[in-house]
Amino acid sequence: MKKSQKEPLFHIVKRDVLPWYKAWGIRAIAIVVALIVCGIITTVTTGLNPLKVYGAFIQGAFGSGRKVWITFQNMSILLIISLALTPAFKMRFWNIGGEGQVLVGALATAACMITLGDKIPNVLLIIIMSISALAAGAVWGLIPAIFKAKWNTNETLSTLMMNYIATQIVAFFTIVWEVPKGSFTVGIINQSTNAGWLPQLFGSKYLLPIVVAAVVTASMYIYLKYSKHGYEIAVVGESEKTAKYVGMKTGKIIIRTMVLSGALCGLAGLLLVGGINHTITTTINSGQGFTAVMVSWLAKFNPITMIFTSFLIIFLERGAGEISTNFGLNQSFADILTGIILFFIIGCEFFISYRIAGRKSSKEN
Amino acid sequence: MKKLISAVLAFLMVFSLAACTAGGNGNNNNAANGNKVKAGFIFLHDENSTYDLNFINAAKEACEKLGVEYVLKTNIPEGQECYEAACELADAGCNIVFADSFGHEDYLIEAAKEYKNVEFCHATGTKAHTENLPNYHNAFASIYEGRYLAGIAAGMKLNEMIDNGEITPEQAKIGYVGAYTYAEVISGYTSFFLGARSECPTATMEVTFTGSWYDETAEKEGAVKLINNGCVLISQHADSMGAPTACENNNVPDVSYNGSTESVAPNTFIVSSRINWVPYFELIIKSVQNGEKIPTDYTGTIETGSVVLTDLGKIAPAAGTQEKMDAVKAEIQAGTRKIFDTSTFTVNGEKVTSYMADVDTDAAYEGDHEVIANGAFNESADGFRSAPYFDLRIDGITLLDESY
Repeated sequence: MKKSQKEPLFHIVKRDVLPWYKAWGIRAIAIVVALIVCGIITTVTTGLNPLKVYGAFIQGAFGSGRKVWITFQNMSILLIISLALTPAFKMRFWNIGGEGQVLVGALATAACMITLGDKIPNVLLIIIMSISALAAGAVWGLIPAIFKAKWNTNETLSTLMMNYIATQIVAFFTIVWEVPKGSFTVGIINQSTNAGWLPQLFGSKYLLPIVVAAVVTASMYIYLKYSKHGYEIAVVGESEKTAKYVGMKTGKIIIRTMVLSGALCGLAGLLLVGGINHTITTTINSGQGFTAVMVSWLAKFNPITMIFTSFLIIFLERGAGEISTNFGLNQSFADILTGIILFFIIGCEFFISYRIAGRKSSKEN
Repeated sequence: MKKLISAVLAFLMVFSLAACTAGGNGNNNNAANGNKVKAGFIFLHDENSTYDLNFINAAKEACEKLGVEYVLKTNIPEGQECYEAACELADAGCNIVFADSFGHEDYLIEAAKEYKNVEFCHATGTKAHTENLPNYHNAFASIYEGRYLAGIAAGMKLNEMIDNGEITPEQAKIGYVGAYTYAEVISGYTSFFLGARSECPTATMEVTFTGSWYDETAEKEGAVKLINNGCVLISQHADSMGAPTACENNNVPDVSYNGSTESVAPNTFIVSSRINWVPYFELIIKSVQNGEKIPTDYTGTIETGSVVLTDLGKIAPAAGTQEKMDAVKAEIQAGTRKIFDTSTFTVNGEKVTSYMADVDTDAAYEGDHEVIANGAFNESADGFRSAPYFDLRIDGITLLDESY
C-alpha cells in the first residue's frame, strides 16, 4: 500500500481509504445540493413549484406499470453497454467506440432478420442473429485493438472514428432496405410474421433485456474479480510494463479484452433490434455508447455499482422527458436540470479524492 | 461475495416492484364512452422544427376551440419509443392518439392493434388502407396545390427579375433544398416547379438533398451551394430555418414551407405554403365525440381549409402576386386547372400516358395502381391513399445528388 501511494495512479488508493459511509454521505450531500440548485433555477426561470417538478421526475420513471418496465428495460441496455466497456477501461484501453460496436451488432441483427426472415426456422434465425451480432461487435472492437497491440496507435481516436464508419454503413443499408423508396425508414422488420423477433419471457415484452443484463452483470463481476483474465486486465491497466515483466502477453490481452468488449456491445445491438425496436436506424442507440462511458466511470468500473449509476442516468432521462410533457417545457430545460445533477455527482467524486489526499498527508506528517 | 449477493437481492427487490406495479396495467383503454375526448399527440421534434411547430399549433388550437383535454409529447424518435409513447397516452385515458412523423407509422400500428378502443391517427403514413385496422387512420393534404400556388408567386418573381434586366430568361433557375428522394418531396418540388413554369416558361430547377428532415446546417449549406450554382430563387422541403437564413444572407428571394419565415428573412421572404391541420383535428375529435367513423384516408384540400398560404412578404414578392394566386386558386377549385396535367410536363422527352404508382407500400417498390386518368396524374386521390405517391422525374428539373 505504501509503495503505491507514490505512483501516478493516486486516486485509486485514496478511494479505498475513505470509509464507504463517508463517501456515500458526500454523494448524498451532492445530490441534495444539486436538487436545491435545480429548484432555484426552476423557480426563477419558469415560476413552477420545484417540488412538483421533482414529483414529475419520479412520475416519469415510475408513474405507471408500463413506465416502470420501460425504465428497467432502458436501464438494462445501458447497463449492458457500460459493462461491455468496463473491461477495456480497467485495462486503460479507452474504448469510446461503444456506439459503433452496438450499431454494427444492430445492423448484423437487422440484416439477418431482413434477408433470412421466413426462409429458415425461427429458432435457427435467432441463433444466427445472435452469433452475427456478437461477431460484428467483436470485429468492431478487434480492429482498433489490433492497431493498438501491434503499432500502439491511439485507441481513443481509432475507436471514436470507428463509430462514424458504423453510422455511415448503417445509413447506407437504411437506404438499401428503406420502405417505401426514398423515405429513409426501414420500418418494423417482419411486422406481420414477427420472424426473428426475440422471444418474450413469461409474456412480458420488457423482461428479456432485464434478465440478460442481470446475467451479464453477475458474470462480469466474477470475470473481473475472480478469473485469471480479470487479474491480467487489472495488471495491464496498472502498468503495461509490469505486465510484460511478469511474462504476460499484453498484446494478446488487449485483443482478447476488446473482442469481449465489442461482442457485449453487439449483444446490446441484438437486443435493441431483435428484442425492442425491430428496426434499424442510425440513431437506434441514441448515444448510449457515450453515456455508458460516464456510467462506467461513475461506478469506478465496479459492475455492481454500475447497476445504480445506470439506473440514475435512466431515471434522470425518463424524468426529464416527463417534465417536458407535463409542464409544456422544452426538452432542453429538462436536459439542463439533468446536466446540473450530473455535474454535482461527477464533481463530488473529485471532491472525495481531494479530501482523502489532505487527510493522508497530515497523518504522515 | 457478500456485496454481490446483496446487490443481486437489491436488483431482485427493485425488479419485483416492477412486476407488482405492472400488474395494475390493465384495461384502462375503454375511455371512449360518454363521448368525452382526450387527445394525445406525438411529435418527432419540438417547436424548433417548423414542421412540428405547425402540428403543435394546430393541436392546441383545435383542442382549445373544442374544449378538449390534450397531452403533447415532443421529441419522440421513430422507434419503439413511439409505441411506448402511444401506449402511455392510451394508458393515461386518451381516446385519440395522433403521431406526426412518417417513421412513427409502424409503431402506431402496433399500438393500434393493442388498444382497440382508441383511435390512432397518423399524418403522412401510407398503410391505413392496407392494414384493415378499424381504429387506424392516415391523413395528409393536397399540399401539391399549395406548392403550385407558391410556385405561381415564384414564377412571377422570376418574371419580375427578367423584366428588370437582373437576369436573362435563360438564367431563371430555381434551387430547391429537399430532404430525401421521397415521393412526398418529389411531389412537392414538381408541383412547385410546374406552378413556377406556368408563369415563367423558361424556368428550370436544380434540387439538392440533405438526407435529413431537419438539419439546419445541411439545409443552409445546400441553399448556399444552389445559389453558387446560379440559382436565383430558392425553395425548400426540409424543416429548419437553414435555407431561409442562407437566402437572407445572400439576398436571394425565398419561398419557404410549413409557415412564414419572414421573421428570419424579412427582405427575401415571398410566401410559404403549409398544411393547416386544424380541420383534420377538429374532424377526428368531433367524430369520436359523436361516435362516428374517422375516414381511413383523409386528404385535406383548399376547400377544407387544410391547404393554406401565408401572407405574402412585405418586400420581395412581385407586384400583383396575390391577385394572380387568387385567380389560379379559383381555377384549381373549379377543376379547370389540374396541377399534374400531363400536357404540361414530359418525362425523358415524352408525354406520360400511363403510370403505375407504388400506392400499396411494399419492399419491392412495385407499382400497383394506374394513376394517370383524364389527362392528369391523380395525386392523393380518393380510393388510393392520402400520402403523395407522385415520383416521376420530369424534364426541366435536375437532381444534383440522388444519394438520399
